Amino acid sequence: MALGPYASFILTSYLLAALVVALLIGWIGLDYRSQTRRLRELEQRGVVRRSARSATEIR
Amino acid sequence: MTLTDRLTDLANPTRFLALTARVLPWLMAITAILLAIGLFLSAQAPDDYQQGATVKIMFIHVPNAWLSMLVWGVMSIASLGTLVWRHPLADVAAKAAAPIGAAFTFLALVTGSLWGRPMWGTYWEWDARLTSVLILFLMYLGLIALWRAVEDPSRAARAAAVLTLVGALNLPIIKFSVDWWNTLHQPASVMRMGGPALDRAFLIPLLVMAIAFSFLFLTLHLAAMRNEILRRRVRSLQMMQASQTGGASQAGAVASDASTASRGDGTLKPTIGTA
Repeated sequence: MALGPYASFILTSYLLAALVVALLIGWIGLDYRSQTRRLRELEQRGVVRRSARSATEIR
Repeated sequence: MTLTDRLTDLANPTRFLALTARVLPWLMAITAILLAIGLFLSAQAPDDYQQGATVKIMFIHVPNAWLSMLVWGVMSIASLGTLVWRHPLADVAAKAAAPIGAAFTFLALVTGSLWGRPMWGTYWEWDARLTSVLILFLMYLGLIALWRAVEDPSRAARAAAVLTLVGALNLPIIKFSVDWWNTLHQPASVMRMGGPALDRAFLIPLLVMAIAFSFLFLTLHLAAMRNEILRRRVRSLQMMQASQTGGASQAGAVASDASTASRGDGTLKPTIGTA
């Protein structure tokens, strides 16, 4: 696949899109881990919602 | 079960979380497969007779540009849900969509710029299409800043919903800017009266990439909504904990004052709180 004289523009576009999508996925994944960890810590301290479901149940 | 019943059913965050847990793995798999097919078809697409291989930037630029507007459209509907129907998940949906929409808009701007340099001879031109998309990007950033600035989610939601609906006026401006004003940007070549003007060799990879990016948005949006629901649970539990702690210390102080007063000796001895 020859990309011609503007190969750097084409490759930069695709790599940048891959990077931004990877950052989005990473950020959302890390946020999920952070929120479930905080919920678990609160439950371990005895702070539970009225319905008293555990953090593992809502995964 | 009617659609209204289903929507009402999903208003329960716990049911929504259970749904996302079931649906997300499937959505991730479909998105990955569609992206792989789209990238393969994009790589196989022939060079354009005028643009050469730079036409391949279109397969990444156009889906991001479409999604930049679609996400704001989704946020506008969610904002109506917040202001009119007061659906419990409406502002969760709007808040979760904003960073994803901002990322797609950023990619549309940058890939458009990288496509423009070899084709137009410039990275940027202050014409109607480019400027209105830049304004859309700034509006996304403004909304994200607003949600971060106001601590109470329900207060932030109402202000953000109004701002989102006002910002929706920019969508037709973006869409028709290429028809209303003179611009370097080409007019619509897919969604236009009379059908697409693109050859099938370019149209098929473009549509597959557009569907793949739409699934990517759906997947990321559901995952981000799930995170936002969990964040609000953490917040409410922390507030509950703080009020319990505050209540316990207040009750302890009252009991301490009472025991000190009843003894009448003015000495401060530790007293077991009632909480």
